[in-house]
Amino acid sequence: MSSTPAPSLHPSDSRGPAIIGKSVMIKGQIFSREDLTIDGEIDGSVELHEHRLTVGPNGKLQAGVKAREVVVLGTIHGNVEASDKIDIRKDARLVGDIKTARIVIEDGAYFKGSIDIARPETGKAGGTAPKPVAATAAVNAAAGTPVTASGD
Amino acid sequence: MLKDLWRAETLASALPAQLKKPGPALQPQIRSSHGLEQFFSSIQGQENLSLLDFSGASQANISFITSLGYRIYSNDALRTMEEAFGGSGDFVAQQSDPERAAQFLRETLDFPDQSFDGALLWDTLQFLEPPLVDDAVERLHRILRPQSLLLAFFHAEEKAQQAPLFTYRIVDSKSMSLAPRGQSRPAKYFNNRSLEKLFQKFSSVKFFLTRDHLREVIVRR
Repeated sequence: MSSTPAPSLHPSDSRGPAIIGKSVMIKGQIFSREDLTIDGEIDGSVELHEHRLTVGPNGKLQAGVKAREVVVLGTIHGNVEASDKIDIRKDARLVGDIKTARIVIEDGAYFKGSIDIARPETGKAGGTAPKPVAATAAVNAAAGTPVTASGD
Repeated sequence: MLKDLWRAETLASALPAQLKKPGPALQPQIRSSHGLEQFFSSIQGQENLSLLDFSGASQANISFITSLGYRIYSNDALRTMEEAFGGSGDFVAQQSDPERAAQFLRETLDFPDQSFDGALLWDTLQFLEPPLVDDAVERLHRILRPQSLLLAFFHAEEKAQQAPLFTYRIVDSKSMSLAPRGQSRPAKYFNNRSLEKLFQKFSSVKFFLTRDHLREVIVRR
C-alpha cells in the first residue's frame, strides 16, 4: 500500500485560475473548463460555460463572452452572456449587450448596451410580478423581450 | 434644492470650460418628479418592454427598470456628446460639423425603427444645438413605438449661461437622485412653444414646470 498520493489532474486542486498575462495577445476562440483571468488582449470569442471569467485591469477583449460569472475590471467590446452574474467594476468599460441573471455595476464603470435579465428556469410556486427593489441591490428579475438594438 | 445647486454651480463658473467638475461640497440630491411618475404609471402593468436610458449605466436605474421586467438599453449620452464635440474647439460650434454630428447620432440613436417602448432622455437634449437637436428628435420618433413616452428635462431659466449637469438615478417611480457632474452651456433656451415645435411629429407634449426651474416634459409618440 503506497502512502504517496496520486497526482491530481484536476486543475483547480493545485492552483488558481488560468491566467493570460498582460503581454499576451490572442486572436481566435478560447474555450476553458476552469476559471480564467485575462489581463491581455483577445480578439475572437471566450467561452467558459460553467466557470468564472475575470477580465483584469489591463485586459482588452474584442470578443463575445459566455461564462457562468464574469468580472470586468478592464475592457470588453462584445456581447456578454453570464448565466449567473456579471460584475462590472469601477473604471471598467463594456460596450455590448448583456444577458445575465444578475448584474452589479459600480459607479465609475462605463457601460453602453442593452441588459436582459434572464429569468431562472425553475418557475416555483408563489412567484409574483417583479417589484422595484432597492437601488443598490443586485438584480434577479424577469427578462424583457429581445430587440434587435445593436450594442455598438 | 436644485436651484441652490444651480446657483452654486453658476457662481463657480468663471471660465468658459465646456464641462466643469462639480465642487466637492455638492452631494447627490433626491427630488420628486411628476414626469418620472407619469412615465412609469403609463407603462405600469405592461410586460416585456424595452426602455432607452441616456443617463449612463447605474445600479439604481438598471435595478429599478429590470426589476419591473423590462429590458434596458443604457448609454451615457452626455459622455458621448463630450467625446463627439469636446476637445479644443467650441462645444456648441462643433455640433455644426457634419462628421461630428453624424458620429454622435450613430453612437446614441442608431437603432432599428420602433425598437423602444419608452425613452428616459433626462436633460441631454438641451445641450444639442439646432439642427442637431431636430435630427435627434426625428430619430427618436423613428425608434420609439407608437404610443410610447419619452421623458426629457429642460432648464427653465432663460438667461442662464451655464446649466448644471447631473447623473440622474431612479430612486423609485416618483423620485430620482441628481448627482452633480459639472456644468455646460445649454445650446438653446426651450420654452413651451419651442418644445411643442421640437416635438411636433409626436402626438402630445405635456409640461411640468417645477419650483426649481426645471421643465419636465412628457412626450407621447
